[in-house]
Amino acid sequence: MALTRAQVENIAHLARLELDPAEIPAFQDKLSRIVDFIGELDRADTAGVAPMAHPLPGLAQRLRPDAVTEADAHPLYQQNAPQVAAGLYLVPKVIE
Amino acid sequence: MIHRHTLARLAAELRARKLSSVELARAYLERIQASQPLLNAFISITAEQALAAASAADAALARGEGGALTGVPIGHKDLFCTAGVRTTCGSRMLENFVSPYDATVVSRLRASGAVMLGKLNMDEFAMGSSNETSYFGPVRNPWNTDLVPGGSSGGSAAAVCARLLPGATATDTGGSIRQPAALCGITGIKPTYGRVSRYGMIAFASSLDQGGVVTASAEDAALMLREMAGFDPRDSTSVDTPVPDYVAGLDAPLEGLKIGLLKEFFDAGLDPDNERCIREALAVFTRLGAKVREVSLPNISLSVPAYYVVAPAECSSNLARYDGVRFGHRCKEPRDLTDLYKRSRSEGFGAEVKRRIMTGTYVLSAGYYDAYYLKAQRVRQLIAADFQRAFAEVDVLMGPATPTAAFAIGAKTADPITMYLNDIYTISANLAGVPAMSVPCGFAQGLPVGLQMIGPHFAEQRLLHAAHRYQLETDWHLRIPERFA
Repeated sequence: MALTRAQVENIAHLARLELDPAEIPAFQDKLSRIVDFIGELDRADTAGVAPMAHPLPGLAQRLRPDAVTEADAHPLYQQNAPQVAAGLYLVPKVIE
Repeated sequence: MIHRHTLARLAAELRARKLSSVELARAYLERIQASQPLLNAFISITAEQALAAASAADAALARGEGGALTGVPIGHKDLFCTAGVRTTCGSRMLENFVSPYDATVVSRLRASGAVMLGKLNMDEFAMGSSNETSYFGPVRNPWNTDLVPGGSSGGSAAAVCARLLPGATATDTGGSIRQPAALCGITGIKPTYGRVSRYGMIAFASSLDQGGVVTASAEDAALMLREMAGFDPRDSTSVDTPVPDYVAGLDAPLEGLKIGLLKEFFDAGLDPDNERCIREALAVFTRLGAKVREVSLPNISLSVPAYYVVAPAECSSNLARYDGVRFGHRCKEPRDLTDLYKRSRSEGFGAEVKRRIMTGTYVLSAGYYDAYYLKAQRVRQLIAADFQRAFAEVDVLMGPATPTAAFAIGAKTADPITMYLNDIYTISANLAGVPAMSVPCGFAQGLPVGLQMIGPHFAEQRLLHAAHRYQLETDWHLRIPERFA
């Protein structure tokens, strides 16, 4: 299935990616080939087969007790933040 | 000469105080520095910290203290977080990211006494089969530097192949340990899903990712894995099952081992020279008393398409965290929040990562979820059931790890599907969560070939045992490219 330019632009928007207009045809071509390729799954008869929920049979994700186990280290974590002030992460204004 | 020793021998000689850790670290660091312009296996070389850790290891050994790996030099794939040393994941997005904590794998290996010499190059966010998607440039294959080392753990594999390190950590989501191990002629093991903690291991596809090791020999892999594996309350997918001593019992006879030859892996895509090597390897196992029979896994041909739904879907979700706000690359002068997200992500990620995020976004988008993601998870169940049936009859499945030997840099970048099909024999083990290895088993036109062994859940010991017995009979794993010998 060939994806249209508009579809590729919409997927990029949903993924919060900005594609250079010149790159779009290449993404369109390669993503169309990938979509064709994964379309092969259609030939599998999966009637009555439950989707896998965990790779190890009979196991599910563990839950931990709802208890505080970590010390507050946010100044340390914020050392990686591009922009902080007064312990807060800064982003462009969202409310006019 | 020291670099030809196996990791197990280095550990023993350090303990016997025939070697000093500082001397060893210096010797390997010299090899690493000298190789870097040629191979580009490392993203960061941590000489200063390494020498300090080595000197502490020597002091511990002098006091008669230390663990199983005290003083042994190792490297970490650059997606294992290391406190105080940057962790890039091969991406511009994390070019300057310094983790505030250590991955459990990193802290466990340090607790065993291993000395980290640096962080190894890899495909960006572990997405690739050739190490060509790294923001830090491709890694080259030590057997022929015009060729790829495989990926995504290409730096780890090339470093062990050229004996820049006796062992390194690696990860495998669809073949990223086994495929580069095969292409570089070294030993690599991807354990059972949940066997090795993923805490601090940067996520790609959470239902598939698993950490493991690449080493020269199966005995080395057993030793390193024993120190790394085990339950970790900090990883919700970590399984609370005791870790056997993988090293004990390696020498036991193989008599009676039931080997299943994976029929579907001997297909039209398999290079005849690779096939010859695999068949010769199976003859060695027969001589050792194993029984070989053909086994069919009828749904295995659906592995690659199922993987390219599940892995991108989980990647698009995992990589949503890179938003330019809390860590990672941030664009200059964003107009508004959407612009901040979009430009930070577009500047930070390379083309292959973007393609996978977009594929994942597409298959998870409204109206497509059932047709792609749920369908793929159903197909995955069929593949897992094939394995289960096979393991009711045989102990270990064997076949090729890759269809061909290493290919040229640039040869497969034009078409993503051609690149994806490199992992045609490795992906199924990830989909089923079972452990698998690649072991060197010969050469096709001067390039190494890997024999793949797949076992049932938690049968790492069985794989390591079979591989070790094979390596006692053969010397493929001891071959080193001439310029690094």
